[in-house]
Amino acid sequence: MAQKLTANRLIDGTVLYWRGGGWTESFAEGEILPTEEAAQAALAAAREDVARNLVVGVYLLELKGEAPLKEREIIRAFGPSIRPDLGKQARG
Amino acid sequence: MPLIKDGQLADDIYTAVDDAAPLPEGPVIVSLKRLRAEREALLGRNQKLGVKLTSEESPESIGSDLDRLSLVVLEFPKFRDGRPFSWARILRTRLKFEGEVRASGDFLYDQIAFLVRVGCDSFVLPPALTPELFQRALGEMSLVYQPAADGKKIIRDLRA
Amino acid sequence: MYRYDEFDATFVRERTEQFRYQVERRLKGELNEDQFKPFRLMNGLYLQLHAYMLRVAVPYGTLSAPQMRMLAHIARKYDRGYGHFTTRQNIQYNWPKLKDVPDILAELATVEMHAIQTSGNCIRNVTADHFAGAAAEEIEDPRPVAEIVRQWSSLHPEFTFLPRKFKVAVSGGPQDRAALRFHDLAIEIVKNDAGRVGYRILVGGGMGRTPYIGYVIGDFVEKPDLLSFLEAVLRVYNENGRRDNIYKARIKILAHALGESEMRERVLREFSEIKRSGTLQVPEAERARIAAYFAPPAFETLPDTVLPKDGALGQWVTSNVHKHRAPGYALATISLKPIGGVPGDISHEQLDGVAELMDDFGYEEIRASHEQNLVLPHVKQSDLPAVFARLQALGLATPNAGLISDIICCPGLDYCDLANARSIPIAQKLAERFADLDRQHNIGEFKLKISGCINACGHHHAGHIGILGVDKKGVEFYQLQLGGSAAEDASIGDIMGPGFGEHEIVDAVERVVDLYVKLRQPGERFLDTYRRIGMEPFKNIAYQEQLHAAH
Repeated sequence: MAQKLTANRLIDGTVLYWRGGGWTESFAEGEILPTEEAAQAALAAAREDVARNLVVGVYLLELKGEAPLKEREIIRAFGPSIRPDLGKQARG
Repeated sequence: MPLIKDGQLADDIYTAVDDAAPLPEGPVIVSLKRLRAEREALLGRNQKLGVKLTSEESPESIGSDLDRLSLVVLEFPKFRDGRPFSWARILRTRLKFEGEVRASGDFLYDQIAFLVRVGCDSFVLPPALTPELFQRALGEMSLVYQPAADGKKIIRDLRA
Repeated sequence: MYRYDEFDATFVRERTEQFRYQVERRLKGELNEDQFKPFRLMNGLYLQLHAYMLRVAVPYGTLSAPQMRMLAHIARKYDRGYGHFTTRQNIQYNWPKLKDVPDILAELATVEMHAIQTSGNCIRNVTADHFAGAAAEEIEDPRPVAEIVRQWSSLHPEFTFLPRKFKVAVSGGPQDRAALRFHDLAIEIVKNDAGRVGYRILVGGGMGRTPYIGYVIGDFVEKPDLLSFLEAVLRVYNENGRRDNIYKARIKILAHALGESEMRERVLREFSEIKRSGTLQVPEAERARIAAYFAPPAFETLPDTVLPKDGALGQWVTSNVHKHRAPGYALATISLKPIGGVPGDISHEQLDGVAELMDDFGYEEIRASHEQNLVLPHVKQSDLPAVFARLQALGLATPNAGLISDIICCPGLDYCDLANARSIPIAQKLAERFADLDRQHNIGEFKLKISGCINACGHHHAGHIGILGVDKKGVEFYQLQLGGSAAEDASIGDIMGPGFGEHEIVDAVERVVDLYVKLRQPGERFLDTYRRIGMEPFKNIAYQEQLHAAH
């Protein structure tokens, strides 16, 4: 099952997604990890950024098509469902 | 690992000894289990004797032998196991122990000031802590609201 | 209300500097997350779903106008323009940056506020009856007791690494508006047969995975002995509480595993020894000194007036205004539950607006209740129309205090890392379904409480109707519990059965409520009818749609 990798930026808590050896704030731009090997490789690389005190709470999330599988990850990617004016969803 | 005693780096005169290992010369630290099993031999050695308590063992279980000990080591298996704080305080306030109370194991920078307050006077510094950090930790909070085992004047009494 | 002296101010300032230093070390990488997290939590800072979350302590829910202004300022400068009042009388910010938190704490310190011990395995914010000092049947104001406990518990060297969190509540009389029986430890001010005032101490209440109602561990503790007694309870807990399983680590588990008699014996043994040592006795002078801070304002001699019953003002008075001990005065609840709004949320404009109202009317203090509303404790009855008009302008005049749309609701999956389901949208839909005010008054007193996970921050176990959001194979379901109460008639709600889907739960609740209205006897609240007729009729009607669908 395809996955993406996420974390929080240490300094401000912003939700981040792994992309090409770095991080993006946009879920859509986050890199799709199509195989378990790719996912584990990304996880290992991302953990180096934990050790470098850039991010915390690194984990993989499953996809369903292009969107997150779990509702929690949908809300995390876009913002609180009851405040469409807050979070990443507000930036258009 | 470095030992801090009375606020300074110090040499450790004690040797910690496993339950099955033979006793070397000089002062030793043994488990409570070993103290009970080899009581006569240990107390008869005419050397300073220390006991290491696990976080589950209350110092009250040492019983009257506490008078014969110069050191009680309180082990932190994990920093969030806060039982040794009670053990230290009971050693000082209830059991009136006047020997060395030593904190050992996994404890954090933010626990140092509390450990001193409840009566620890020596510390086996875990890898993340340095003597400089230790000193700094002691000086961060100058005021306290509640009595512990250090006799420090509490805010209520400063107000009087 | 309590005012810091130089000692309290120094204490908070040093704590803020201590936190600043640790944040610097963390950002420089001298501390990893495992080493930093315990200290971060002890200063009220969580990492949640979208961002960090800072929980600011509001001791026994009491706030001044300058404090309200500062909370507004923090929301504007460091956050996204709003805060959230919780079921423990604290306020939460959902979007602070770690690097800003030392500055936030420094600014809070200038108005005698902090975020000390609002998380972590330590003694948390001491909560108290939000009608303190104003309720007619009160024996004594509970807040001096709460303040004494707050000071004693602040950075307590022996009890900062407990098996789990420890929550304390205080109440000043027989009516329990502080949910005492659901706290780890609770203090009820009582009078003995000789007419002397002392404390009844309860232990072992709690919500969460395994809800319990607390039992009495100290029938009558004399005032000077209070802290010695509390110290005894905490020591028994620290020594014996389970540390092998976080779901079994609260004192409620220990208190009920040991049983009342064994627990009492252990506590009494510690208590006698601690009391004998004398170090924790609370001198009368100290009690009086602290009590003086909570002296009520000098009430004018006023007659009781006939309160308005008509129009919008009349509706608001009927639900939101409560009897005061002094004639001519009233308690006024400011509902933070606008229909369709987020329960407990308040904007920076509203925080500032309330502060301005307080200054203009000369109100020194306001309270946050565990039901996520605000309370003005000493409003002259003659001022009620003017106060109401100001609240209307601020969008804070919803006339639903204590009614079914006055819903208690946790942040849920929209904000919280621990949640399994969203709670706020359900609260919004339920409030909208029951929006009609005549209908709400016909339904009467109602405690509807919603939690987004088993941690029960929405106190659903204590709801007349409680709703628990669960995740069933990736889909949100909502379980109903009936018959809970957080008052002196405390009870844990009974689980009805399988959960309802997101699009079914509002209808199910409506069927249950409509059945109550149909079956109740005169004077019965929902809670009373439920206690009389039991679960069966409500269960049948709730699931009736499923039954019809199956056929």
